[in-house]
Amino acid sequence: MDTLLQQLINGLTLGAVYALVALGYTMVYGIIGLINFAHGEVVMIGTMVAFTVIVSLASSGMSPLLILGVGLLVSVVVCMVLGWALERVAYRPLRHAPRLTPLITAIGMSIVLQNVAMIIWGRNYITFPPMINKQIYEIGGASFTNVQVAIVSLAALVMLGLIYLVHRTRIGMAMRATAQNPHVASLMGVDINRVIAMAFIIGSALGAVAGCMVGSYYEIAHYQMGFMLGLKAFTAAVLGGIGNLAGAMAGGLLLGLIEALGAGYIGDLTGDFLGSHYQDIFAFIVLIIVLMFRPSGLFGERTGDRA
Amino acid sequence: MNGRIRSSVSVSWQRHWLGLLLLAVVLLAVPFVAALGGQAWVRIANFAILYMFLALGLNIVVGYAGLLDLGYVAFYAVGAYTYALLASPHFGIHLPFWVILPLGAGLACVFGVLLGAPTLKLRGDYLAIVTLGFGEIVRIFMNNLNAPINVTNGAQGITLIDPIRIGDFSFAQTSTFLGVTLSGPQKYYFLLVALALLVIVVNIRLQDSRIGRAWQAIREDEVAAKACGINTRNIKLLAFAMGASFGGIAGGIFSAMQGFVSPESFSLMESITILAMVVLGGMGHIPGVILGAVLLTGLPEALRYGIEPLQRALFGRMIIDPESLRMLVFGLALVLVMRFRPAGLWPSSQRRRELAESAD
Repeated sequence: MDTLLQQLINGLTLGAVYALVALGYTMVYGIIGLINFAHGEVVMIGTMVAFTVIVSLASSGMSPLLILGVGLLVSVVVCMVLGWALERVAYRPLRHAPRLTPLITAIGMSIVLQNVAMIIWGRNYITFPPMINKQIYEIGGASFTNVQVAIVSLAALVMLGLIYLVHRTRIGMAMRATAQNPHVASLMGVDINRVIAMAFIIGSALGAVAGCMVGSYYEIAHYQMGFMLGLKAFTAAVLGGIGNLAGAMAGGLLLGLIEALGAGYIGDLTGDFLGSHYQDIFAFIVLIIVLMFRPSGLFGERTGDRA
Repeated sequence: MNGRIRSSVSVSWQRHWLGLLLLAVVLLAVPFVAALGGQAWVRIANFAILYMFLALGLNIVVGYAGLLDLGYVAFYAVGAYTYALLASPHFGIHLPFWVILPLGAGLACVFGVLLGAPTLKLRGDYLAIVTLGFGEIVRIFMNNLNAPINVTNGAQGITLIDPIRIGDFSFAQTSTFLGVTLSGPQKYYFLLVALALLVIVVNIRLQDSRIGRAWQAIREDEVAAKACGINTRNIKLLAFAMGASFGGIAGGIFSAMQGFVSPESFSLMESITILAMVVLGGMGHIPGVILGAVLLTGLPEALRYGIEPLQRALFGRMIIDPESLRMLVFGLALVLVMRFRPAGLWPSSQRRRELAESAD
């Protein structure tokens, strides 16, 4: 019982992070129908920037919470600029190119970003300085920390903000219109280029927040960390039905829970034949099974025969 | 229609025989010219051909049938591990290569169908992510199948794999024929060229065959293809199976040539590189794919040897870690090529026409 509760708590934390990253994929996909393969790298840059800010402010005597806030803010701003630049360089010139072309430019950009990060931050793992005094709470035999509480509540807050933005503001309305039909939206006076750029910028901001969360949760960062994280988050987005905001949130949470539970129970289930280092395959196995029965994800619309 | 195509083929053969002769001379000369710069360059040439092999296999799946496969390296891994397990001291089995290579190809083919069958209903990006997941699953298993029964030896990989041997003639040693001394890599080069020519012929023959045209019909419009009486299920599975078997053969040769395999060689990055070769060269166009494979294998290697002296010449010392700078330039090159030639460096004329039309 306590394992179950413990894994649920861990899964929720992980799922909140996946959900935020998945939103970045799904927003871009919903509007222009492209996989932004470099998004994981944006998240990584977010973590790294936050790390640099926190380390350089650590000895300034500011309050730790303020330092964390500044780190988060700087990393969000840097990632927004990065997301905007990414769209300008790798996507906008290729909007009418064959579908696979922007995929390759995105892969090219993610190689570039990874190596830039390696040149700046080195090829070793970097450790986050502990800024918050970790407090451990116990509940029913399971434990969780104040960091986990902060991650989950911040993620919930950010997601509520996003829902508000998409459903209650003018730019959100423009986004939904563009997602429906870019051509008609542009005839109604929507500036398509601006909307697409906004999708990248907002997605990257969410990615930066997620990056800071990963950094403070695991307390380490690495220039290759964006890759697997991006992959999992993308899986989450597809699981929920790519292009669907609620789907990305649900898919992220679900994936986090599945992974945590899978890692906790795989040994018991298989009589210790498979150990918890198989954690990474759960995401993919669940994905394959879900897509076999619901080919457009859990909440995806059936798009008919648009290939 | 058919007659016109056939006669244009024969005309082009006549027109190009000089070019083909030249190509043959170049192909013969490559290992000897490359050896002047050291055996390492011969190995690079070998890898270029091996990647060409893989890219042509992937081209069947992605270029012809239009099924975006991001886990292609899984089949390469299956072939490589089949060879490694059946021809190394790891299990003490030493089967000859002409048994293992077809076996590896067959096994990869089975995996291809295993991947293809559950994904038949999926389209576009959904298919991409599932194939990607499949590739990762295979890699994770190879990485972890060392306990409780040691099958793959985990992350350490399998060493001391037998080279390809025909009777007493081993491809790993230097030997002399008719007064010409050939090193191990040079011998593999000729083996690879022979196999590559075979693969190219198979690809060309497939392209305009009934199956090839069915693939292209599915790529352009699956529903219409189905309405025309194409059994889309079988034809799609065939594309996966064919592409996978090419990957399996390439994997077996890779194992024999390297003498060592580990899960590290079969990462997602490898799948992506092979896909980049196909797309960058010109999807669905055989010469384009070959060009893409040669360029993307050659460029990082050329950069490896070029960047260090260049930095020293410019700044007098090493400023940036050459390994990361090399990958940086590689990434930038991918972006720039696709930016200015969205259909690839050498697209087929048909594809170029389609693009010109859609741009209007």
